Amino acid sequence: MNTTATHSEHYDPEGSKIGMWLFLFTELFLFGGLFLVYAVFRNKYSADFHHVAHELNAFIGTFNTVVLLVSSMTVAMSITAVQKNNKRLAINLLLITIMLALVFMVNKYFEWSYKFEYKLYPGSPVVMNLPQGEILFYGLYYMMTGLHALHVLIGIVLLTINIFKVRSGKVNAERYSLIENSGLYWHLVDLIWIFLFPLLYLAT
Amino acid sequence: MDNTGNIQDNYLKYRGRFKGLMGWLTSTDHKRIGLMYMYAIMVFFIIAAFLGLLMRIEKIAPGQTIMDAQTYNGVFTIHGIIMIFIIVIPGLAAVFGNFFLPIMIGAKDVAFPRLNLFSWYIYIAGAIMGVLSQFIGGGSPDTGWTFYVPYSAESSTNVMFALLAAFVLGFSSILTGLNFIVTIHRMRAPGMTWFKMPLFPWSLYATAWIQVLATPIIGITLLMVIAERTLNIGFFDPALGGDPLLFQHLFWIYSHPAVYVMILPAMGVVTEIFPTFSQKPVFGYGAIAISSLAIALVGYFVWGHHMFTTGISYWSRWFFSFLTFIVAVPSAIKVFNWISTMYGGSIDLKPPLLYAISFIFLFMIGGFTGLTIGALATNVQTHDTTFVVAHFHYIIFGGMGFAFFAAIHYWFPKIYGRMYSNRLANIAWGILFVGFNLLYFPLFVIGIQGMPRRYFDYLPQFQTGHVISTIGAFILIAGLSLMLYNLIYHRRKGEVATANPWKGVTLEWLIPSPPPLENFDQIPVITAKPYTFEPAEEAKQ
Amino acid sequence: MIVMEEKEKHITSYGLFAKVLVALLILTTISVLITEIHFGAFSVAVALSVACIKVALVLIYFMHLKWENTFLRLMVAGVFVLFALVVVFTFIDYLLR
Repeated sequence: MNTTATHSEHYDPEGSKIGMWLFLFTELFLFGGLFLVYAVFRNKYSADFHHVAHELNAFIGTFNTVVLLVSSMTVAMSITAVQKNNKRLAINLLLITIMLALVFMVNKYFEWSYKFEYKLYPGSPVVMNLPQGEILFYGLYYMMTGLHALHVLIGIVLLTINIFKVRSGKVNAERYSLIENSGLYWHLVDLIWIFLFPLLYLAT
Repeated sequence: MDNTGNIQDNYLKYRGRFKGLMGWLTSTDHKRIGLMYMYAIMVFFIIAAFLGLLMRIEKIAPGQTIMDAQTYNGVFTIHGIIMIFIIVIPGLAAVFGNFFLPIMIGAKDVAFPRLNLFSWYIYIAGAIMGVLSQFIGGGSPDTGWTFYVPYSAESSTNVMFALLAAFVLGFSSILTGLNFIVTIHRMRAPGMTWFKMPLFPWSLYATAWIQVLATPIIGITLLMVIAERTLNIGFFDPALGGDPLLFQHLFWIYSHPAVYVMILPAMGVVTEIFPTFSQKPVFGYGAIAISSLAIALVGYFVWGHHMFTTGISYWSRWFFSFLTFIVAVPSAIKVFNWISTMYGGSIDLKPPLLYAISFIFLFMIGGFTGLTIGALATNVQTHDTTFVVAHFHYIIFGGMGFAFFAAIHYWFPKIYGRMYSNRLANIAWGILFVGFNLLYFPLFVIGIQGMPRRYFDYLPQFQTGHVISTIGAFILIAGLSLMLYNLIYHRRKGEVATANPWKGVTLEWLIPSPPPLENFDQIPVITAKPYTFEPAEEAKQ
Repeated sequence: MIVMEEKEKHITSYGLFAKVLVALLILTTISVLITEIHFGAFSVAVALSVACIKVALVLIYFMHLKWENTFLRLMVAGVFVLFALVVVFTFIDYLLR
């Protein structure tokens, strides 16, 4: 009988997976609130939204979309690699995923700095003088991509932890809940972007 | 089923790697975590109740009595924030859910014990932040717990901190809900199919889904208000094209389901008490289980009934009013089933049953008055009056609050292994019940007559109602104090309790009082239907 | 545990993941090109529909839902439906004011 204050560690991968999906549901609703705001204001200011979406760089947006889609594939593959006991491949795939995530972040950094140069940020005198729909579009743009970028950062940390765990053998073909659930998280980050992309960049 | 006698007797006496207070603060034992939530809630309840008392003292006469208008606004704001986010939303689920869910389904703990402890820490952090908001920065927030824009975006008081506190508390709620869903899905004892599970766990299941799916919306909404205050983001600012009503929509999309988070576990608790003290199976087990889910689902779509007078569209008002009436139906089904459970039973009017019966009475007053507020025509008269204040206090305090008292009186012997004084408990109940009704019922009357809510001052014709109400507040506090004294004193000095003083048939009554560390010597195998009241042969194992 | 389901331990092949990626890239191309061709108000609907298909592919293949148990799939579907309903009911106000 276990005599520690914590309990006999029971490993329930199915339970952990359900737990992770539940957490993903909360993330969907978190971003969902922003999507609702977007829907309301796009409906009200459709002309302004069409117009100001031209200010966004659809090329970078598309590029970032491709980057995230590929990273979803690489992280999914890394799980298969772990399940097939291919430690080296798993780690390489995780590294590629992280690399792609960093590319995404760098792009985002450039996108935002470019806007800041033109004083296009919430509350700036330039933005305050725009038509109302455009002001709201920028607010949504920054809040949605900002929150998303925060989640990308968290994902990078999570994936890095996975590299260490795969390396040390803690995550392996018999026990791969951590990487499976981290993969789910990463796919969510991708999912959100799949919706964000047309709503923000292709609103033209 | 007996105690092995070796893991240091029971969960209260257990000493692991850490002793004393540290042993509690580092414990991932769901029972200890449940109690830590309870003690925290008790402290904050005393603070918030005291704030409520201050409000009542202020309102005993028109004009300034003990505080000025600005202070009054701050007091009702923090009273609401503490009561709603720190006490009533976590309340039953975090305390009794944590303590009894695993035991009632035959498990040794929840699915994620460390996450459970983490939830508690997040809760404490959020609660402290909420209280701190009173003392730092621009002064005590005065927006009301509902944080309506535009005022919450403009008020120079310390709204930010309160918003952040609510955000942090939301995380605790989400993680608890997540934990409970996985626990119920994965950790039921062998043989315990969904429809052999007792009804308190069913109610926790429905509650947990709301916690997971609704709370994030308030999270993002609070962040949006923070963005309004700091970045001038404009979503809710008409000058920038935004819509203040959008805040109200978003706010109530969470906060209405939140009231079902409050009441569903309460209904679950009384659903356990009625069969035990009638020594009879629950009437309509299936209906109660499904109605819990129905309330959770339909309750998601009634939020607009908080906004009838704001200018939303005609069809919107029609739609939300209609659904508000629909959502009352499953609650009514439950009331019918509880009463039918008692009918023909062998009634033992112990304190838990007394509280459960008064729960029905008070909850129904709250429920019926809710319908009059939910009807479009009468809403115009009652919106933003003390009629609404009385309504929600009957539902939340008379409902969830009395259910909490029922729960503590029901499970006290199991938790502490001691019995309290029934006599003192009954007297306390009587004082509490009288005080409660004196405090809140007059608010219905003056509310219809036109007394607005959240008003510091009022016209002389309302004073009689206010005086009665204030007297009621003092009587209520007296009743609460006696109740607390009874429980706290007998925690150590009470008669030693047996494993099953109430002759209950759910799993918690089959293990020792207090329970051993890992609840069960051996996980039971369930074969009987739930609430089978056979003497001795409990068709299990 | 309640259900002693031995996890079938389905392992998705690298090839399948690659094929899904190709599909996703094609769909991305389509949605970008569609907006070039101005369908006006229609463009929103098309772009969003394409996005929905992409999301479905990610959910089903990358996130393994195709091989998960029914309850989980119902939960995921339910969540999306719930959110959609919230949006619809909010619009009963905004569209009909």
